[in-house]
Amino acid sequence: MAELLKPGQGPLDYGKRRWLQAVFAVTLFVLYLPIFVLIAYSFNVQNRSGVWKGFTLENYAKAWNNSDLMSALLNSLTIAFISTIFATIIGAMIAVLLWRFRFPGKPAYEGAMALPIVIPEICMGVAMLLFYARTGMMTGMTHLSWPFNLGTIIIAHIAFCFPFVAVVVRSRLVGFNRQLEEASKDLGASEWQTFTRILIPYMMPGLIAGALLAFTLSLDDFVITFFTSGPETVTFPVKIYSMVKTGVKFEVNAASTILILITVVATVIAMKFQAPEQSGH
Amino acid sequence: MEDWKTNRSVFWTLATPGTFWLVLFFLVPLAFLFVLSFSDKAIIDGQMSINDYDYFTGISNYLRSLNSDIISIFMRTIWWSFLATLACLLIAYPIAFGICFAPEKWRPLLLMLIVLPFWINLLIRTYALIAVLRTQGVINSALGFAGLGPFEILGTSFAVIFGLVYVYMPFMVLPLYATIERLDKSFLEASLDLGGTQFQTFRNITLPLTMPGIVTGVVLVFIPCLGTFLTSELLGGTSSWMIGNVIQNQFGPANDWPFGSALSLLLMYATFGVLALRSLLQRNSKGVDV
Repeated sequence: MAELLKPGQGPLDYGKRRWLQAVFAVTLFVLYLPIFVLIAYSFNVQNRSGVWKGFTLENYAKAWNNSDLMSALLNSLTIAFISTIFATIIGAMIAVLLWRFRFPGKPAYEGAMALPIVIPEICMGVAMLLFYARTGMMTGMTHLSWPFNLGTIIIAHIAFCFPFVAVVVRSRLVGFNRQLEEASKDLGASEWQTFTRILIPYMMPGLIAGALLAFTLSLDDFVITFFTSGPETVTFPVKIYSMVKTGVKFEVNAASTILILITVVATVIAMKFQAPEQSGH
Repeated sequence: MEDWKTNRSVFWTLATPGTFWLVLFFLVPLAFLFVLSFSDKAIIDGQMSINDYDYFTGISNYLRSLNSDIISIFMRTIWWSFLATLACLLIAYPIAFGICFAPEKWRPLLLMLIVLPFWINLLIRTYALIAVLRTQGVINSALGFAGLGPFEILGTSFAVIFGLVYVYMPFMVLPLYATIERLDKSFLEASLDLGGTQFQTFRNITLPLTMPGIVTGVVLVFIPCLGTFLTSELLGGTSSWMIGNVIQNQFGPANDWPFGSALSLLLMYATFGVLALRSLLQRNSKGVDV
């Protein structure tokens, strides 16, 4: 009976239903239209009304020569880079801890670790602002020389990134054969040797995926950065925010396009590393 | 899994950095917020101080949030978050369903196409929406060719809800995809073979079995919607403030941190309420776990 049906008409061939394909196509169109318009306008000749006036690379040159914008972009990349290193190390340690040990109060501990993931960003943002202001860290740190003046933002970014890294690395560790660890110790390897030669190589795809996740989360963040940046430290999103509020400038589009490119490349690499892990289960 | 006592030095080495960071740079700041919400600005020499506080003065900040303006903003926040979540669900369900029934080699690519915009900076995506929605923007130009408009879209509640759906949709697609993917397709075949219509099969088989994914998706979209401040700030006007905008205002121009702290904590309690409701629903459902 089933052979008589034309392809696409089987009762379970939902993937070939025209209306499902239409919903999918329309959604993709709506999702990508604004992004492509943004990218297209980064090549538009600057004008007040914002209509298409012709192709140019002038906006990229302008963005490049806008020292405020470039230093903001450099700040954002620096913050993301430093936060990623710390968040990956701390997050991986927590992942190994939760994977390896039983200890009293573990469910509560895990709950507390998940808090930065679940609470609204704005709550964390204002809490950090309050903390920095009352402890004097805000005035203390933002007057240091670069990159230490970014410290307040970096500390906050590490705090919300490392629980995400811990989740990713832990899901990788679930597939680890604990007997490998025992064999290594039986054969006389120390705790440290076992950790660096057995566990870390196994964790590597998880570590890379976690690190790239932390990097994009940090680069992506506006709300927490907005509240934790001092008056003189400007990051890229905060700079764009103030530029957006004063009107349309195509150099913002140019700089945004570059940031989109960085994020997309990092995400695609991260997904490549995560893919084999999912099929391994 | 070994007991922590068997290898204390390793246990403490692994536990210290993360615990230290979480306590000092997350839990302590939240405690500060909690304390400040029960405090008031200090009165020094009959003048209200700018940044000195009298701690533990009572619940006046919470009583102030019973003000009708604040309540109506809270109600609006919940209502808009609800509408955005519902719209996300109605769009994301067929999409997740379509991806799950697409040819296997296409699935990762299709999923990635939906999720990729989510990785782009929230501010950039919102800024990109402005260019599309504004009066001389793409939508109005397209409508102009058809002889319609132009319509004022920016600054309306529609723009804000549209923005929320745009920004948080991937959060809905992912958990739905995860549950529908693991759904045992033979249940659907059995139902259809036994004479159930497509609609009956969907209502009686697919929907109950994918309920955990729906619940997770709803929670993942609803919670960030509640805390929105950027989308409503840039796409809406002052008349479309959500609670996040009020909080930002208290910590910014209005400079009333104790009141802002109380509002942030109320927002956090609302979040915990949603999460508690989720675990309650999850316990009662018998479907595919996420």
